[in-house]
Amino acid sequence: MIPISWYLVVAAALFSIGLFGALARKNAIAILMGVELMLNAVNINLLAFWRYLYSTSLDGVVFVVVVFATAAAEVAVGLAIIISVYRRRNTVVADDNNLLNG
Amino acid sequence: MALNITLLQVSFFLAAAITIFSAVMVVSAPKMLHAALWLVATLFGVAMLFATLQAGFFAVVQVLVYIGAIAILVIFAIMLTRRVMVDEGAQVIKLWWLAMVAAAGVYGGLVFLLRSWPGFLTVPLPVENDATLLPSLGQALVSPTGYIVPFEVSSILLLAALVGSIVIAWPRKE
Repeated sequence: MIPISWYLVVAAALFSIGLFGALARKNAIAILMGVELMLNAVNINLLAFWRYLYSTSLDGVVFVVVVFATAAAEVAVGLAIIISVYRRRNTVVADDNNLLNG
Repeated sequence: MALNITLLQVSFFLAAAITIFSAVMVVSAPKMLHAALWLVATLFGVAMLFATLQAGFFAVVQVLVYIGAIAILVIFAIMLTRRVMVDEGAQVIKLWWLAMVAAAGVYGGLVFLLRSWPGFLTVPLPVENDATLLPSLGQALVSPTGYIVPFEVSSILLLAALVGSIVIAWPRKE
């Protein structure tokens, strides 16, 4: 039997790796990839809690479905913005897009 | 004790090792295209983790939606923006160690908090309703007493994202 702690520790590690990617990478697409890793860690947690504690209820799986839809929407809009910025300013480095810098 | 390892645990360790190793490669690979391919491996490892959770439907959805759509979209975006970022240049910011400290702190904090939670070593409930999971999920998603509001809100979100990304990425002739 696998205790729930194994899943939680793996998901926490995946979340932290994604956080590092989102914070440290220069390329805007790499930042989006880090965010995807974090969303996946959240999904592992949701499914683990659903399976181990609330497997008679559907709340957990509905949450996972909503997270899937949100991740798809997020990556579509994010990549569209990156492509658009690339067309206008010829860069995908997040540091170079400082037009709104105060 | 030494032989007390079940097949399920072996598959969990395999899936977890694939997931964590490829995730590290995603954030550390110097070439963006390699990072995207490692992202595919990570998503596949997560699908394997879903399968060990006896959530086969979500393992399939993970492969279809994440690997089939999102990862391909990311690869397309990388190929469209390749020339700008020389693959050999520095891929991380100067303060990358600060990001490392933040990520390690989040990990340590999460594990510390989870260890103090009394249900940390819970073992799974026996699976009783697996065959009826998908029909009941499908009905609950469109039932007024179930989850029709979150379902419709995600539909509107997806529609807005579809329209929005087309509008944003539309080439302007000025």
